[in-house]
Amino acid sequence: MANSSPEIPQTAPTLKAPLLFISVLLIASCGLIYELVAGTLSSYLLGDSVMQFSTVIGVYLSAMGLGSYLSKFIQRGLARRFVDLELGVALVGGFSAPILFQAFAHTHAFRVVLYGVVMVVGTLVGLEIPILMRILKNQVRFKDLIAGVLTLDYMGALFASILFPLLFMPKLGLVRTSLFFGLLNATVGLWCTYLLATQLGPTRLIRLRCLAVMALLAVGLAFTGKFTLVLEEEVFADEIVYAKDSPYQRIVLTRGRGSFQLFLNGNLQFSSADEYRYHEALVHPAFGVKPDAKRVLICGGGDGLAVREVLKHPSVQEIVLVDLDPAMTDMARFQPMVRQLNGASLEDPRVKVINADAMVWLQENPGPPFDLALVDFPDPNTYALGKLYTSRFYRLLQRRLTDDAMIAVQSTSPLMARESFWCIAATMEAAGLKVHPYHLAVPSFGVWGFALASKRDFAIPTHVLPGLRHLSDETTAAMFAFPRDMDRVPTEVNRLDNQVLVHLYAREWRRWS
Amino acid sequence: MKRRAFLAVGAISAASLACRRKPEFPFQGELVGPDLALGHWLRGGDFPDPERFEPVSALVVGGGAAGLSAAWRLAGGGMDDFRVLELERDPGGTSRSGRNHVSAFPWAAHYLPMPDRGNHAVLRLLDECGVLEGFDAKGDPRFAEEATVRSPEERIFAYGQWWEGLYLRAGASAEDERQYHAFFREVDRWAAFRDSRGRPAFSIPRSRCSDAPEAVALDGLSFAAWLDARGLSSPRLRWLLDYACRDDYGSRLDTTSAWAGLFYFAARKQGPGEDSRPLLTWPEGNGFLVDHLRRPLGDRLRCGVLAVAIREEKDGVLVTAWDHLNQRRVGWKARRVIFAGPQHVARHVVAGLAEARPAAARIRNAPWLVANLTLRARPKEPTFPLAWDNVLRDSEALGYVAATHQSLKDYGPTVLTWYRPFAGVDCDAERARLRAMDWPACARMVMDDLRPAHPDLEGLVARLDVMRWGHAMVRPAPGQMWDPAFLGLARPFGAVHFAHTELSGLALFEEAQDHGVRAAEEVLAASGRRGKSWR
Repeated sequence: MANSSPEIPQTAPTLKAPLLFISVLLIASCGLIYELVAGTLSSYLLGDSVMQFSTVIGVYLSAMGLGSYLSKFIQRGLARRFVDLELGVALVGGFSAPILFQAFAHTHAFRVVLYGVVMVVGTLVGLEIPILMRILKNQVRFKDLIAGVLTLDYMGALFASILFPLLFMPKLGLVRTSLFFGLLNATVGLWCTYLLATQLGPTRLIRLRCLAVMALLAVGLAFTGKFTLVLEEEVFADEIVYAKDSPYQRIVLTRGRGSFQLFLNGNLQFSSADEYRYHEALVHPAFGVKPDAKRVLICGGGDGLAVREVLKHPSVQEIVLVDLDPAMTDMARFQPMVRQLNGASLEDPRVKVINADAMVWLQENPGPPFDLALVDFPDPNTYALGKLYTSRFYRLLQRRLTDDAMIAVQSTSPLMARESFWCIAATMEAAGLKVHPYHLAVPSFGVWGFALASKRDFAIPTHVLPGLRHLSDETTAAMFAFPRDMDRVPTEVNRLDNQVLVHLYAREWRRWS
Repeated sequence: MKRRAFLAVGAISAASLACRRKPEFPFQGELVGPDLALGHWLRGGDFPDPERFEPVSALVVGGGAAGLSAAWRLAGGGMDDFRVLELERDPGGTSRSGRNHVSAFPWAAHYLPMPDRGNHAVLRLLDECGVLEGFDAKGDPRFAEEATVRSPEERIFAYGQWWEGLYLRAGASAEDERQYHAFFREVDRWAAFRDSRGRPAFSIPRSRCSDAPEAVALDGLSFAAWLDARGLSSPRLRWLLDYACRDDYGSRLDTTSAWAGLFYFAARKQGPGEDSRPLLTWPEGNGFLVDHLRRPLGDRLRCGVLAVAIREEKDGVLVTAWDHLNQRRVGWKARRVIFAGPQHVARHVVAGLAEARPAAARIRNAPWLVANLTLRARPKEPTFPLAWDNVLRDSEALGYVAATHQSLKDYGPTVLTWYRPFAGVDCDAERARLRAMDWPACARMVMDDLRPAHPDLEGLVARLDVMRWGHAMVRPAPGQMWDPAFLGLARPFGAVHFAHTELSGLALFEEAQDHGVRAAEEVLAASGRRGKSWR
């Protein structure tokens, strides 16, 4: 009754075909994950995600084509080749994210490595399906084979593409995702040594190889905590000598090329090579107008470097430093490099350190007035920082100042963020202050700006403390002249209820990143 | 026997284990006032007279925003011989606030839209509080920066993340955008409206609103019907407007008068094309204003005192009250009484009122649940950061306000005030539902609501305290806002004058203040102290 069709398998079914189909699902997921990892990682590092994704996908798919073509040259020992193939994909694909991060940090040929890795993984993945189909061709009818393999191949791609952004990226991150799927690939290899046992001959050595690859990937996975730091270091370009996550920020110190740098949340705060220019400019012009200042308030400046400059003035009897983060002031006290740079300034008996949000502290602590205030906050890139540049802040500050007190405020770059810079000056004026902005070059930052202010009219300082490294009487007055490309522009006033500066700042700096 | 003893021991230890099971939440809290039992005691019936009736010029019954404003106006008019009776331990009504070691926080009303130059009474109050800084060149008031809501003002949780603002732009279609603008063009049209006497259609307080027929006609239909008639069906727009109704009125689109719906938007604009007026707020919400109003009262304010019977005699009004704190009957004989409580209380207390004014029985008040969550630390915020007002789109509740936002504290412990109106059609059924909820049920409702936005919240809560408001705010039902019988409830009843936000049909501090000032001015005029009105 039944026609003996040539498609019906002639040999007895010795292979576990359904289980092999499941391995198709897994390897398809793995293959797509490597492609997504490469696309995401290159988008992160190089930007222009459209370009990165489209070239990565193109190279990957063509490499799969190449793999499929090459599969015809593999004649014998298909099962053994298949297991080897799994191990190859596991190694190259699994380590692809760490390899690419390292390449970005250490070589100038990131793109060559990127497309190389994508090419290799793509080729190997392209070999997988044709070889697996040839293994199965005698066990399953051709129409069932092609339907089964391709269905699961595409379904695996669907799983991967949904789980990658929703689960793996947020939970594991790029590096661990790639290592995890490498491990999965190697596990499929090991599993196949059981499924294909009848075709493999002696399996001990093969299984040992599988276990070795799995161990390698597992070790990588176990050490990714450390690895993240290594990778971050590459992004910071220099060796990390200190890193701490406080409840407020991530503090990182790096060292290289004869200097060291402080980063808060990845933003450079100073480089030991040229911070003297910045801190001399923050501190001494204000003293130039008020040389007899006795009580000094410093808002921010937890690194102790502004304190170092203030202590050069013999008139100073008391310094109150209000910095949000105890982790920051502790680092300034105890980290040897920073302590050496600030001359252990925070240990000086005249210095009192208060760890509080400066604006909340000003609001809640009436007290004896100061005759000089230095305002040294990070740039206004969040609402919590933006409030420290509002007219309300400058009004609260004035409540704690004598009538002839001087104020100096770090106010970002008048060149890179011209409107932001002048918005800060305009806001200080709206709070009733007389303001004279000034600027200088700090090589690691670029052109940097400050605002000198007081409740009363005052003349631009013409005299600074002798013996400084950068400032002199002659150069001080020059800082107050603005070239045309940094000159005043009209802006809104930054108030608590509008926080215009945060938006302005984000828009202006976007052009430079 | 042995076997039975064994079973008994087993059963007892199993039961004791079950009793010692872990509490549902790793934090504590309690249900705090208002005193539901004391309030309902009123319905009891006859109350014998006290031993004596202390004579006073005026007696204010009710120490909420209306009563305190009446006292403020009486004192301002030179009448100092008055008392204010408040049922609760603290005055303020729905403007009440609380305070703990972390922050002050509101228990209900928590902001004022900036008053325009014509809202004289609110400007006078804000001037006294140091919030009014002066007037600009155009004559518009300027307010202290620290009292103006700090940016970012609002954010909304939808699609698994927070977005800036209250109207969800993410994923809006071109038609959504068109309808959004079409609606606000209608609002602008009404903001520009002036009647023959130059009065706007919508203004705060509503006593400044025009009674021109075209404006009053809006009260004839529900907000939902008004939107339907204009083809405004965008789900995002309807969500926004429904949210506004729940937030300000404790009702829904279909149970809110279209006049009230448009009032919400148009009364906050000075003219067409302008943004809504910014909001003034304080960490303790409108408790800031209550504190200012209560401070000069001293012992003229009597808390924990419940007026149980008010009857007019030839030479004055006799008020019998129950002093709950001292457990005794007390009485006053006042030349005039300002009843600054809700009508559902007035009709039980003021002799003859219920029969004379049946319209009062139609007023409906929405119940609310308000919770204050004291947090040890803040939840993780990977998307748009914490704002003042934090709204969850897919929720029956209104979201929460961060009390520390206005006090500038961006780190560490905070207090979140979570609001939920019971906006179902039948207020009595909703009230019964709320009354039946014990603390665990309330806590469960709050935590279940916030969990999608803050999966890590439970471990951060130190306390969760709950206020169940049985009669939180009057609902502006269609047809009620311009019903002459309803508006007539504000008229004096003999020597008893009335002041309450309910009489406006709109639960706003400004309405309470306007009625308080009006009632006080009626009393001042009756005693021959006519002066320039503060309104």
